[in-house]
Amino acid sequence: MDGAPLPALADDAEPRVTVKSTCAYCGVGCGVLLTPDGKGGLEVRGDPDHPANRGRLCSKGSALGETVGLAHRLLAPVVNGRATGWDDALQLVADRFRETIAEHGPDAVALYVSGQLLTEDYYVANKLAKGFMGTANIDTNSRLCMASTVAGQRRAFGTDTVPQTYEDLEEADLIVLVGSNMAWCHPVLYQRVLAARAARRTKIVVVDPRRTASCDGADLRLALEPGSDVALFNRLLADLYEGGALDATFLRHTEGFDETLAQAMNDDISVTGLAEEDVQAFVRLWRDNEKVVTVFSQGVNQSSAGSDKVNAILNCHLATGRIGKPGCGPLSVTGQPNAMGGREVGGLANMLACHLDLENADHRAAVRDFWGCDRVPEAPGLKAVDMFRAVGDGRIKALWVIHTNPAVSMPDADAVREAIRGCDFVVVSDVTAATDTARLADVLLPATAWGEKSGTVTNSDRTISRQRAVLPAPGLTRPDWAQLAEVGRRMGFKNAFDYASEAEIFREYAALSGIAGRFGKDFDISGLAGLDRAGYDALPPVRWPVSATRTGGRFFADGQFYHADGKARLVPVAWRPPVAKVGPRYPFRLNTGRIRDQWHTMTRTALSPRLAAHLAEPFLEIHPEDAADLGIGLADLCVLDSPQGRAILRARITDDVLRGQVFAPMHWTGETAPAARIDAVVAPVVDPVSGQPESKASVVKVSRMQAAWYGFAVSARNVTPTGDYWARAVTKAGHRVEMAGYAAPPNWETAAREMFGLAQAEVSILEDRAAGSARLAFREAGRLVAVLFVSPGPVAVMRDYLVQMPEVPDLTLLSGRAPADRPDPGVVVCACFDVGMNTILRAIESDGLVSVDEIGKALQAGTNCGSCRPELAALLTRVQTQTEQTPVRPTSPNLTQPKEAAE
Amino acid sequence: MAERLIIVGAGMAAGRVLEHLTEEAPDRFEITLFNAEPRGTYNRIMLSPVLSGEKTYEQIVTHDADWYARRGVTCRFGERVLSIDTQARVVEAEHGQVSYDRLILATGSAPFIVPVPGHRLPGVLAYRDLDDTDRMISAARPGARAVVIGGGLLGLEAAAGLRARGMAVTVLHLMDHLMERQLDPEAGALLKEDQERKGIDVILDAATEEIAGKTRAEAVVLKDGREIPCDIVVMAVGIRPSFQLAQTAGIACGRAITVDAQMRTQVPGVYALGECVEFNGALFGLVAPLYDQARVLAHELTGVADAFVPRELATKLKVTGCDLFSAGDFTGGDGREEIVFRDPSARIYKRLVLERGRLIGAIIYGDVTGANWLHQLIQEGRDVSTMRETLIFGPDAQGTDGLSRSSLAA
Repeated sequence: MDGAPLPALADDAEPRVTVKSTCAYCGVGCGVLLTPDGKGGLEVRGDPDHPANRGRLCSKGSALGETVGLAHRLLAPVVNGRATGWDDALQLVADRFRETIAEHGPDAVALYVSGQLLTEDYYVANKLAKGFMGTANIDTNSRLCMASTVAGQRRAFGTDTVPQTYEDLEEADLIVLVGSNMAWCHPVLYQRVLAARAARRTKIVVVDPRRTASCDGADLRLALEPGSDVALFNRLLADLYEGGALDATFLRHTEGFDETLAQAMNDDISVTGLAEEDVQAFVRLWRDNEKVVTVFSQGVNQSSAGSDKVNAILNCHLATGRIGKPGCGPLSVTGQPNAMGGREVGGLANMLACHLDLENADHRAAVRDFWGCDRVPEAPGLKAVDMFRAVGDGRIKALWVIHTNPAVSMPDADAVREAIRGCDFVVVSDVTAATDTARLADVLLPATAWGEKSGTVTNSDRTISRQRAVLPAPGLTRPDWAQLAEVGRRMGFKNAFDYASEAEIFREYAALSGIAGRFGKDFDISGLAGLDRAGYDALPPVRWPVSATRTGGRFFADGQFYHADGKARLVPVAWRPPVAKVGPRYPFRLNTGRIRDQWHTMTRTALSPRLAAHLAEPFLEIHPEDAADLGIGLADLCVLDSPQGRAILRARITDDVLRGQVFAPMHWTGETAPAARIDAVVAPVVDPVSGQPESKASVVKVSRMQAAWYGFAVSARNVTPTGDYWARAVTKAGHRVEMAGYAAPPNWETAAREMFGLAQAEVSILEDRAAGSARLAFREAGRLVAVLFVSPGPVAVMRDYLVQMPEVPDLTLLSGRAPADRPDPGVVVCACFDVGMNTILRAIESDGLVSVDEIGKALQAGTNCGSCRPELAALLTRVQTQTEQTPVRPTSPNLTQPKEAAE
Repeated sequence: MAERLIIVGAGMAAGRVLEHLTEEAPDRFEITLFNAEPRGTYNRIMLSPVLSGEKTYEQIVTHDADWYARRGVTCRFGERVLSIDTQARVVEAEHGQVSYDRLILATGSAPFIVPVPGHRLPGVLAYRDLDDTDRMISAARPGARAVVIGGGLLGLEAAAGLRARGMAVTVLHLMDHLMERQLDPEAGALLKEDQERKGIDVILDAATEEIAGKTRAEAVVLKDGREIPCDIVVMAVGIRPSFQLAQTAGIACGRAITVDAQMRTQVPGVYALGECVEFNGALFGLVAPLYDQARVLAHELTGVADAFVPRELATKLKVTGCDLFSAGDFTGGDGREEIVFRDPSARIYKRLVLERGRLIGAIIYGDVTGANWLHQLIQEGRDVSTMRETLIFGPDAQGTDGLSRSSLAA
């Protein structure tokens, strides 16, 4: 370390200042009010003035304050495992990149960046790569997220532009959610939808193979076969045509209608597996409701036909002229806080900057002149999957990964991990060293985190908002733009990267967008190019474009598009199945996705006990009949095998998934559940147009894990778990761990002491060697510090009571049960107010609650972010069903049973 | 006219019979109660607190003079019964004969005195009744030294009482762990440590060679040559049923007076119960079966059908300051499985022995909550396989209600 002291923290006596910023998580881009407590902590509230959320926050956003501690942070540069100073680290990075380019050419280096970057960081990264390193090998994890939407919109509109605004959700009569579990993944938008429905009876259709929380109360649910969306929207287009519901006037602003219609009529709806009456109901809803917003997300994008799915949807909106109008149009929602900003700056391998095109010589020349560089690449660089293949086969010899975790999140993740491990020179910039990718780095660069950094982000409806720093940059951390710019300077480009502040970068970026505007591009924020520091600091949320001629608004209602001829394109698309085919060896189709309270690879959300408590381990949703066929019982562990790899996950037996399909969350990593890195089994198959991986349609074999033992542990300190499967999560006072293994260690006390790091602690042990069960409690100075339960089957204890350790009475601890006077709260359902399922069920029963709102009045549950409301409704239904079936219930239900088993 | 009933012996079994009879058939019998001790029934189990000084004799009396008077029981305390003529139905006592229609022998047991050289020396005491207790109390001067021979329950109680009175106490035990009939070696070791923490020396594998002393006991010499100086020696190595009176009278005896399930001897009109009887080859030393016998005998005498069924023997004991429980068969071996709980810092040890899914034995040291339930399970012999993981936590910890099997919301 340089020995630089930590910045002094604010004096406690200072008056608390509240600062407006934006949330760290998804693409909704909610405004937050941040009030530092002066001791490193942060109070987080929704910003009532922000147009995205009007004061609402979801469970994740509400818990942001729990994630700003420094315990997990990387605070100094690390080179080859040793802490060092910035000078050494950045000189090494600059030298190695320069040498690699000199020796092997510019395409031997690559940057893999992220939607976590602020626009200013992104801009500098893109400028460094394309302008000065001379390579287009800069791609981003947004490739995994919405590249298909980028491709589809560019094909249709001639530009990557979201025509709509969030207000359209309030003005629509029909909202179609396609491949979007909005209730969990974009909860604040979902609350806007529900509020609109309550106010104006908006109809909701959900198109998703899986029954998600977003299906609660939907007017129509279309559980189509995975990957068959194109066939559905082709049928819609054909039926609208035949029903005379197309807009002939608007079609004059398009090309390609005839071929598109012909292709659409050629498709066979039967591949969707949908009932004809449901399809007709869908078509009727579309025909009868002019104001329709189609919201689409990863279920559309993460597909080998993702771009075609996007165009199939856009074709319908274009052909009916339902675009760019209030309450009417297609609305892509993105997963990351600045996925959109990355698209705008051109932070993808196939884009230039500010919606200018890499393939266009005039655009290249303009950008080259603006940046003052010799040349910019003429051809797209390697997109994510290809980029890591090139890392793996040695074509890329120097790699800089910024704020993302490809060793976990890329398909075929084991291969990607090995590729990174084998790369000659790997730089990772992050806020923590504890990620699967950071562990592989030659150079680790400590970045400032959300709450410490300053810049802009763009959300899914083109609203640019400021993220503002309210916490001091800890240790030696630096903003990403400063790291990138310094490497640029040290590579010899002093003038090009001579930035003093992020505001300066923003001004340059806004100025460049003015050039794009002069080329007729829509992304023009040159109206902000003159912002001084104060103006930048005070910048309120603003929707682009911001130019002399126009600010904000919707696009395309006027029929003006951005292809050379000014027209839109209808793109003929034909259904094709997912690339991987199910068969005898791999009989299941694997869907992946997000869960309510985690985000990405959990580097931030996993720090919050509240968020961990909802689904504290990775799981596999599997249909009850499939589970029965495979001999998989309640809470058993499942082994997933694919041609790419293997994962082990907890069975969650539910008819939310159809037979033959399984679903697994994408979040768990080598840090949190190393056997459950789901992308290790996902095939590296991509959409040929967008390069986006098909993350939701791999094929797998499922079997029951033949575990010899299962374990559950709670510890006051971090745990180094043992076993072939383990999953670790934080609790208020420590950690909880689920474990299982094929062979039990010879001595549980020895194994437990090692796991907990408790060589000396006093222990009490209950052991049944013949049965293979053991229970151990450890104390230090009379205080309970760790407990381990081992069982030959899934460990049966009151987990949500035990995780309150050390407040659990010592004497009753090993029984695994709550004493009568301290009931088990149950799994957390409402993360905002930390309300457990048992607490809710007890209140429903004893107080006779009959609605979600009554639950809210009694317990607060569901009254903040609302994302647990579908689960509250399900609990009400469960109690009502039980009451009807068994007037006098002899015992309380087994609360962990899946619904169908409990009924 | 009331039947004449004679009871020989006023121990706890006899006391319980009297309670039953005087309550259930108050006027049916004209009762004469003989007792060699010059007193009626007291709670012999409570002699330890008397020895330690926590209680007085008066506090452990269960049947006082008033009790007998109000029920019309003729008490001949301090008077030995010398012989019985079962033909004539007459009892010959020190102060004269008494005729009976029915006779109950409740002569109990006598402490076993190991016949080593010196065992008759003054200062060698037994620990059986109040008189023994009084003798120990008068010998127990602070600083004086006591050797207790026998590390069973009684010996340890004597040791604790003497220690409480300030004596330096050494317990000699022939076996390799204390209370070997009730405890396994691990529990025995905990018990030994707890004795030592109380300042009582314990010597295991200690075979007594002789009690040395000229005019009174001065030391106990072990076979290995060790010599433990002492002022008194308390013999607590066991009891022997007292059945000489019966045997002399021609009543059939084996290791004790032979009785049937109605507590009848082979001689009509003569009954026996308590520590002096043998039933189906078994002897009895704990209070619970004695009380069962008392109930059965009272029923027999009053014409109510009843039968004595020996229960699974369980020991739930308190050796001053240490909670113990022991029941059933706790030896290990093929086909037997063990559930063991150890909490060294809390000094708790529990061991359950299962065979073919059934609980057959249990030893608990240090925390006996739930022990009665385990005892019940042993007696019932029912399959406990589904409760194995939580058996040790007692009945409240059973069932699957409210348990979760993973970290997932349902």
